[in-house]
Order: sequence, then C-alpha cells, then structure tokens
Amino acid sequence: MMPPHDTSQIKILICQGTGCLSSKSDEIKEEFEDQLKNFNLQDKIKVDFTGCHGFCAQGPIVIIEPEGVMYSKVKTTFVNKIVESHLKLGKPVYEYFYKDPKTNQPIARYHDIPFYNKQTRMILGSCGHINPENINDYIERGGYSGLKRALKMPPEEIIQIIKDSGLRGRGGAGFSTGLKWSFCRDAPGDEKYIICNADEGDPGAFMDRSILEADPHSVLEGMIIGAYAIGARHGIIYVRAEYPLAVKRFTHAVKIAKEKGFLGENILNSNFSLDISIHEGAGAFVCGEETALMASIEGHRGNPRPRPPFPATSGLWGNPTNINNVKTWASASWIFKHGWEEFHKIGVEHASGTAIFSLTGKVNNLGLIEVPMGTPLRKIVYEIGGGILNNRNFKAVQTGGPSGGCLPPSHLDSPVDYETMAASGSIMGSGGMIVLDDTDCMVKLAHYFLTFTQAESCGKCVPCRIGTRAMLLVLDRIIKGEGEDKDLMLLEELAYTVKMGSLCALGQTAPNPVLTTLKYFREEYQAHIFEKQCPAKDCQDLIDYTIDENLCNGCTLCAGNCPVNAISGQKGNIHHIHSDICVKCGICYSSCPRKAIFKQDRNLQLVES
Amino acid sequence: MAAEAYEEKDTILQEILGSKGRNQANLIPILQAVQKEFGFLSKENMIRISEHLEMSANEVYGVASFYQQFKFIKPGKHTITVCLGTACFVKGGKILAETVRTKLNLEPGETTEDGLFTYERVACLGCCALAPVVQIDGEVHGEMNPAKLLRIIKRISQKEKSR
Repeated sequence: MMPPHDTSQIKILICQGTGCLSSKSDEIKEEFEDQLKNFNLQDKIKVDFTGCHGFCAQGPIVIIEPEGVMYSKVKTTFVNKIVESHLKLGKPVYEYFYKDPKTNQPIARYHDIPFYNKQTRMILGSCGHINPENINDYIERGGYSGLKRALKMPPEEIIQIIKDSGLRGRGGAGFSTGLKWSFCRDAPGDEKYIICNADEGDPGAFMDRSILEADPHSVLEGMIIGAYAIGARHGIIYVRAEYPLAVKRFTHAVKIAKEKGFLGENILNSNFSLDISIHEGAGAFVCGEETALMASIEGHRGNPRPRPPFPATSGLWGNPTNINNVKTWASASWIFKHGWEEFHKIGVEHASGTAIFSLTGKVNNLGLIEVPMGTPLRKIVYEIGGGILNNRNFKAVQTGGPSGGCLPPSHLDSPVDYETMAASGSIMGSGGMIVLDDTDCMVKLAHYFLTFTQAESCGKCVPCRIGTRAMLLVLDRIIKGEGEDKDLMLLEELAYTVKMGSLCALGQTAPNPVLTTLKYFREEYQAHIFEKQCPAKDCQDLIDYTIDENLCNGCTLCAGNCPVNAISGQKGNIHHIHSDICVKCGICYSSCPRKAIFKQDRNLQLVES
Repeated sequence: MAAEAYEEKDTILQEILGSKGRNQANLIPILQAVQKEFGFLSKENMIRISEHLEMSANEVYGVASFYQQFKFIKPGKHTITVCLGTACFVKGGKILAETVRTKLNLEPGETTEDGLFTYERVACLGCCALAPVVQIDGEVHGEMNPAKLLRIIKRISQKEKSR
C-alpha cells in the first residue's frame, strides 16, 4: 500500500553519478521540470539531483521521496506518465519499476529490493539521497556535527577514539588508522601534511569515485578532523584525472566549506586552520603507492622510494605526512558523527565497520555495495548480486585488482576480511570485486592482469621491470598453445622472485593473480599446455568460430561486420567462416542475433579432420 | 601556420605559464593545462615550459613521458577510447578494441590518415557496472557491442563527410 497522496512532501531525486549521466540523466531532470510545469505541479514538487545511488546497471535511477519509490532505466519518454499518473493522481507506474531478475515481479520501493536491503549502508548512507553540491543537505543529515565535537577535544583524544573504533586503512593494506595518525602526530616537525589518496587506479573499481561524486563533504570532514588530530595545516587530495566529475564536485565542496567556515583560517572560531588543495593525477597506476604519489605531487616521475623513512616522519617535501584512502577519511567522519562504539559494533573482531565493493562482472545486480566486514562471499554474490548472469556457473571472484587474486567456489563461504583474504592468497584490496563465470579463462585473466602491471611498472627496480616481463612472455606462450612442460615451474619461480625482490607494493603483489590462479585453477593451465585447449573457450588462438547451419538464416550481419572478410554466403543462405582467414576477433560471435555462431576447440577439430 | 595564429597560440601558452608560477612542483599541472589547450604536448611547448621552470627540456619530457595522460602527437578530431578495465575485459571490451583496431586499421595511440579518429585504450573509466564501455569524445557509452560501436563510428564519418 502506498501512503496517502500528499504532493507537498514529494521530492524527485535524479541520480547524476557518472554512470547515470552517461545515460543522459541530466535530460531526464529537465524533462521532469518541463512536465511538472505542464501539470502545474512545479511549485509543489521539488526536483533535485544526487550522486551515485549504487545500482548503476539499472540507471538512470529516479527516486520519489518520501515514499522511496524507485524507477529504473528511466527514459525521457517515461517522464510524462510518471508525472501524470504517480505524482498527480497518486498511482505509481508499475511497468517502470525494477523487476526482480528471478521472479520478474516489479518492486516499488528501493528498500524492498534485495540489492539494497541486504546491504549495510553506513559510509554510503547519504549517497544518492543528498545533492552533493548542496552543503545544507549534508548538514541536515548531521554533517559537520562530528567536526564540531572533535574540535572541542584534545587531539590525543581524537586519535584514541579512532584507535578504539578499530578502523583500519581502506586502501587495501589494512593498517590501523589511529596508529598511523599517532605516528604522524608524534613525528617532529612544524609543517605537516595530510593527503587523501583518490588515485583509484585498480581497473574494475569505482568506490572512491562514487563517494567523491555523491557525498564529497563526508570525505572533506574526515580530512579536517584528521588534520586537526595530527596537527597538519595543509591537505591535498590526489584524484585521478579520468574522474572529471569527482574533481568538479570535490572542488565545489572545498569552496563552499571554506565559505561556511569549516575550512580555512580559524575553523569554527577555533585556533585550528587548514587549507586543502586538489591535485589531479596523470594516469599512472603506481601513483597509488604512497611514496610514488608524493613524488608525483612534487612534480617528478612517480617512482616509489624505499621505506623507511616512512611518510609519517619524512613525506611530502621531507615533512611528516599522513596518507589515507577516500573511504578511510569518510569512515573517520562517520565515527565522529555516530560514535566509535556504533562503528565498532559492526563487522568482526579484527575488522570493524563495513567494506565497500564495486560489484561487477557476471552477476545480475551490478553496482556499488556496502556490507559489514566478515560478510561471506556467497551473500555478496548470490543475495546482493542476485546470482550469476544467464544462470551460468560461478567460477571465481577476483578482488584487489592487479594486486589481488581469484578465489574459487570452495571459498564462497569464507568471510570477507583482511586476514581471511590474505590467507587465501588474495588481498582485501580497495574494493574492486569482479565475478567470473565458466566462460572466463583464468589463464587469460592472469595474462590480462600481468599485462597491466607490466605496463604500469615504473621500471625502477629490476625484479619488477624484468621479472613481470619474463612472466608475461611465459603466459603469452601458454595462451597461444605454445606452452611447454617446464613453464609452470618457471612461472612460479619467477613469481616468487618478483614478490620477494621488488621495492614497492606494485611489484610485491603483481604475481598474485598468477599465483592464485595457479593454486586454484592449475588444471586450466595444464589443459592449455598439454592439450593445447582452453576449457573456457576464451583464448582466441585455441578456438575456431563455426556457424550452426540449423540456426543461421543468412541475415549477412556477421559477414558485414567481419573485418577480414572471412565469412562467405549469400543473403538468405547459410554462411560459412573460413578459419584460415579468420582472426578470431569474436565480432561475429557477439553480434549474431540468432546466436548461431559458436566456439569450438581448434585442435580437436584438427585431429578429427 | 599563419603568423597571426602562431602569435595567438603563443599568447595562450604565455598565459598558462604566467598563471602557474615558476615552482617546479607545478610541472604536472602546467603540462595538463597545456595539453588541455593544445590537445598534445609539442616539442616546442615542452622546451618553452622547461625554460619557464628553469629545468632541462629532457627533465620535462622525462616526467611527461612517465604519465599515460600525456600525448606527444596531435590527436585526431574524434577520440575513441576503449575501456579495458577488468569488468569491461570480461564482458567483451577486448572485442570492442579489436573492432576499432581492425575496422579503422589503428593501433592504440594512432590516428587515421584523414585525421578523423584517434584510437586510445584506458585502464578503467570507473563505469564498471555499465561494462563494456567506450568513451567517444569524452562521452561514455555503456553496454556496448561491436555493431553499436560501428554504427556510431559510421554516423560520425558521415557527418564529417557531409560538411
């Protein structure tokens, strides 16, 4: 049942995160404004935009508050009907609701959608519910109350609160945040810096971007509290240049916070002053490493340097510096708003609070999720994620990006926390979580990640620069079906050398995707080497594309799209792929409307013919 | 280049340099501002930057070449950036990359002879829930497939031809 219809309370919230904006949600907002005028409702009903709502694959998302009704995949053509039926007459438009992928039943309220109601949204609590460019929205929800409280405390007490909360670094390494702050506070020196690391370089991750776009003040408030506790007068946020909207919204937040007295000289009439500047990264993965990040801010090549000295004693321009991830800063402001006890209550013994993941890959529900630390993977994949796409079989979940690993089905019931993930050979990482199904080849995935780290290696130290290259050459051979008996041993030997001998975390963790796939999916490597086959039929050199004569109706689409003219056939007649010309690009396979093109093992066919 | 156009470009460069000061720590923001204005970093401009910051031109190039953002060749009129983040990769980003590579006959970083299209690849655009994505002239297109991509490329070419 819908609550009684009272238009004066209604607010239309339109998601304008990067995802929804790419589906033209800005035009939808304009259409709502126009349609409200058409029905003479423009003075009664407010239209506003928000940051990312998290359920990006269902975008553009429109929420009607206070009822909490959600319209998904909204098009401008829907707007007229939503305004007339729902907003004017009080009859929601069921056909535009999100539909449960299993039952196909429409669900009206987002609170009732499993993707949302199985989550614990703390840090993401305001994302999608406030206008990120309106500081009053943030303040109305208790924003900056934590800062006010913190400024009345001695800095040592703040650090103790962070320690008591059990907060650990959300960038992936999981070091105690309170301890990190205390090192920097205790370091000698008058000029101290704090840095927010928003160089979210992991491919397949967008948590930090979404928070900066949807709730920038929560990060800013955390930074101000942290700077006060540490005794820093300067703050810098290092954001990827690939995230223009995040840069824009955070820049705006800094400007407004300054005007309101939350930033700048004598914050809230205390003797504490802080300035925050924005530094755009220039596209180097290694700059997520803290010493490389600082080198980049100083205007140099982003080469890491040995530690010690640690940034806490000698960081930016030789001054004590404290670097935390976006989510860590946002967690700090949450702790001061709600109390450390509340934070400590969530999660498991050695990992308090929540973990934020960008859940992507082969699951039904894709988007940004937040769960208590220690939540089993199964709950994330099957309850929040809604299971595997097209009812295929779950094969693995990849966490931690190029530094992490792949966990097999046997790990579905293990809890997600720092220690469990590390024990299984992966890492918690900063939050990328990619689900893979049985059509994904694990050798090819390992090859993919190593190609990435190899290209991103800064080249300073030999084990990383040459070791990753040597590993990649071996993997190249294997996925082409040219692997040799000794290759797996060689690969392992190289992997351990790179791991042990590299200077920074990039090299030390680069072999992880290879090592975990070797550990859990060794038989796939063996199939490539000994049988010259790819069990997932994913490696292009080991398969052939063939047309099923019973399904092909001669539409010519495949032949028209083929870049090398390897497909022949008259319109209306069955087509043929000439495997001697075919370059295995897969364009025909993915564009055939009748799914008449299939993959088969190349060598098997050779044996038969 | 006509003398007037050259002077105008020179004034823009001077304005950028003037606004950023002479602190060497500002090198990367300066390079970003210059690339934003000119589309790439020319040898001449990098030499001018090095003189302004009183450092060697090699040092400037050394920093610029470290970062993927910086381009040293003039890009085409339209840039097609295929995302190869993990989510896009497992959902067919590689096929989209192959589509551009084979249909436009370009390797990453190259521009078509008519100067219309530049092909770039990116490690991740952060739109992973819409995978696979392709960015064309700054605009993100989600849930792409080769046919859709080819249609967009065709539309742009036709528009350019009719000009």
